[in-house]
Amino acid sequence: METEKTKEHRDRVLVYFAHPTPHKSRINSAMLQSLEGLEDVTVRKLYDLYPDFHIDIKLEQRLLVEHNVIVWQHPFYWYSAPPLLKEWIDLVLEHGFAFGHEGNALKGKKVLTVTTTGGRQEAYREDGRNNFTMRQLLAPYEQTVNQCKMTYLPPFIVHGSLLIDEEHIRKAATDYRKIIVSLRDKIFSNNELKEHMYMNNLLDQAV
Amino acid sequence: MHDQSFFFQALVYLTAAVISVPIAKRLGFGSVLGYLVAGIIIGPFVLGLIGEEGEDVMHFAEFGVVMMLFLIGLELRPSLLWQMRRSIFGLGGLQLVVTTVLIGAVALAFRQTTNEALAIGLILALSSTAMILQTLVERGQIKTSAGQASFSVLLMQDIAVIPILALLPLLASEIHGAGAAGHHDEAVRTFAGIAIEGWFKVGLILVVITGIVLVGRFLSRYIFRFIAQTGLREIFTATALLLIVAIAVVMDLVGLSPALGAFLAGVVLADNEYRHELEANIEPFKGLLLGLFFLAVGASIDFNLLVDQPGLILALLAILIGVKFIVLFLLGRAFGLRGGQGMLFSLVLAQGGEFAFVLISYSMQNQVLSPEASGILLIVVALSMASTPLLLLLNEKVIRPLMEDSSNEQTADVIDDGETPVIIAGFGRFGVVVGRLLIANGFTATVLDDNPDNIQVLRKFGFKVYYGDATRSNLLHAAGCDTAKALVIAVDDMSKALKIADLVQRDYPHLELIGRAVSKQHAYEYLKRGITNYEHETFSASLHVGIKTLEKLGFNPYQAHRAAKIFRHHNKAIEKELFKHYEEDEKKYLSESMRFADELEELLKSEKHQSIHEYDTAWDNTSRREEAAEVAQQNNDEGQKRI
Repeated sequence: METEKTKEHRDRVLVYFAHPTPHKSRINSAMLQSLEGLEDVTVRKLYDLYPDFHIDIKLEQRLLVEHNVIVWQHPFYWYSAPPLLKEWIDLVLEHGFAFGHEGNALKGKKVLTVTTTGGRQEAYREDGRNNFTMRQLLAPYEQTVNQCKMTYLPPFIVHGSLLIDEEHIRKAATDYRKIIVSLRDKIFSNNELKEHMYMNNLLDQAV
Repeated sequence: MHDQSFFFQALVYLTAAVISVPIAKRLGFGSVLGYLVAGIIIGPFVLGLIGEEGEDVMHFAEFGVVMMLFLIGLELRPSLLWQMRRSIFGLGGLQLVVTTVLIGAVALAFRQTTNEALAIGLILALSSTAMILQTLVERGQIKTSAGQASFSVLLMQDIAVIPILALLPLLASEIHGAGAAGHHDEAVRTFAGIAIEGWFKVGLILVVITGIVLVGRFLSRYIFRFIAQTGLREIFTATALLLIVAIAVVMDLVGLSPALGAFLAGVVLADNEYRHELEANIEPFKGLLLGLFFLAVGASIDFNLLVDQPGLILALLAILIGVKFIVLFLLGRAFGLRGGQGMLFSLVLAQGGEFAFVLISYSMQNQVLSPEASGILLIVVALSMASTPLLLLLNEKVIRPLMEDSSNEQTADVIDDGETPVIIAGFGRFGVVVGRLLIANGFTATVLDDNPDNIQVLRKFGFKVYYGDATRSNLLHAAGCDTAKALVIAVDDMSKALKIADLVQRDYPHLELIGRAVSKQHAYEYLKRGITNYEHETFSASLHVGIKTLEKLGFNPYQAHRAAKIFRHHNKAIEKELFKHYEEDEKKYLSESMRFADELEELLKSEKHQSIHEYDTAWDNTSRREEAAEVAQQNNDEGQKRI
């Protein structure tokens, strides 16, 4: 069915799901579920894999090398990701592997932040309740990615998570799947990706 | 020939059972039917291998019914009854009453007396507990709404048997006065004598019942414990049998039915910690004796009647099934059973039951029914039982496909009936901690332990603990392995633990095993069986002590914690390696000389090869500082150059 040639037109996507309490999650779990069955998409649920935070660094590094697009999906707790993702970043992105003079293993790959937050988009502005835009608040992740010689894609964000209804959760899930498939199948051009602040804005061009 | 007649009889009965029951089960007819058919075949109308002694055998085998009632009482939990009260008393009660009335009315139409009609109505309103439950369990339907409803109706019927048994002798009429003198004559005269010696008899009955309750509630615990401490399996079995026989004898003396007494005793012992062991011991006897009973019943079916009046009997059969079906269907509807579930419910309960056989003979002996009526009823009931599998087949092949379009899938809901999902085998120091964790998180567990002393203490603290040897498959079954999600092996003896593991893997392959390993070899034996969820019983504790020690030697708490984590994962890796050696050369490990010292040597040797001295490189700045220094040096040099 798939020839080797068509496979080259695909990127391999590695999705990291960092949620400490998936049994209490409405949006994030629905979104993750929508990725079931996708070829060339690997899902790793960090808290399931490493409940004792004992990250298998070598394994993680090997997986990173084998994929082209890395996704960090998590709820936005206090303008940041849950602790285990930070632990993963600290430990896996080693000097000499991901950064530093000899650290070129991840060069050219792409990283996508996918997150859900209570605040509405309007709140995330300099004159808004949260005083900063989402891109500004995600700066640590963006800079981490830069430092590792990768590209930080515009993030996919679900705002208004506290009051969201079932219909919109389903929409977020299907949109998420569309984005992942589009990234996998290399639908977006580099320029398109550079232009936008939010991945959400690229949904029209998505598959 | 009569000297050997006991063994000859036993040969006949056993052969008949052994041949016909497996065949019946294969054909999907259930064991009861198999026994009946076997009885018919060896009875006077086919092979003629048994004759009048069939009557005696039936009396003897009635004891199986007594045991069955004891076991039913044992299963009855007042709290369960309360939970299902609407179903049991509402649906079940109505089924009984309405069916009795309707069938009684039909009996009146057939020119029976009121007393007879009532008796017939009551007897035929009952369904076959054994057949129905077996059928539902076999088809995996027991947890559906139809299954639950059936269970409630059957429970109500089981409860109702007791008052019915008490009521029947009172329906005796002089018409049938010239019946055969069975040992139940005593009962009749005693009851009839109530009017005369009334109060004395009533007083005696109350004393006996109170006695049973008191002994059951208070003394039995100590008696069982005393017996259990001998550690002799057979003595406990003997005690259980003694219990039932004693009750039967006492009840007989007072003129009450032994079945009633046994039921009462069962209820009183229902939350006794030795309950599961009692069940496990009595069950096989009950099974055999009931089988014998049905054999005898089959042999006593009068086929002359069928030949003489085929029309009448078939008509009665149709009426019985028809009336029951309609009543069940309408009541089922009223209580929320729709579509396919309603159909299943109505069909599976629309027959006469094994209690009918007991009650019919009982009635005949008590001059409630005429021998002719009894004979006809026996055949009708037997035929109705035979028809159930056929009806269900009809349901599956014809009716259900027709209803498939309009039926809603949702009626086949899975209902949680409050069974515990976890069994813990062994409740000493190890098992207790698992149990406490589960309880702290809202789960209950069924616990099995064979130390009577442990049980005393633990029950005081409210644990659901049962006495028994978890290496016996009877007990495992009674504990609910069929429906449990996991079984924790927490016993402190390796061979016991492995026996349990083997039993469970053989009989309940879908049941997850989580094990305590008391030694390295134990761990390997688990791995050999494909059990990977196990923990060495002291490893974690020792590791934690090691952490504290590291801290005293200057490690930060988190540093020590991480060191232990690394070590734990490392240890798992070594174990896998050593397991390969074990698989290759088990004898080396099994020999007596493989003691602690050797094990230690093996461990340390492999650690040498697997570089345990892994430096914890997390958050380690060394290479970054080196690189920064290099860069700074280069910048310096370039700066120097330019100058």
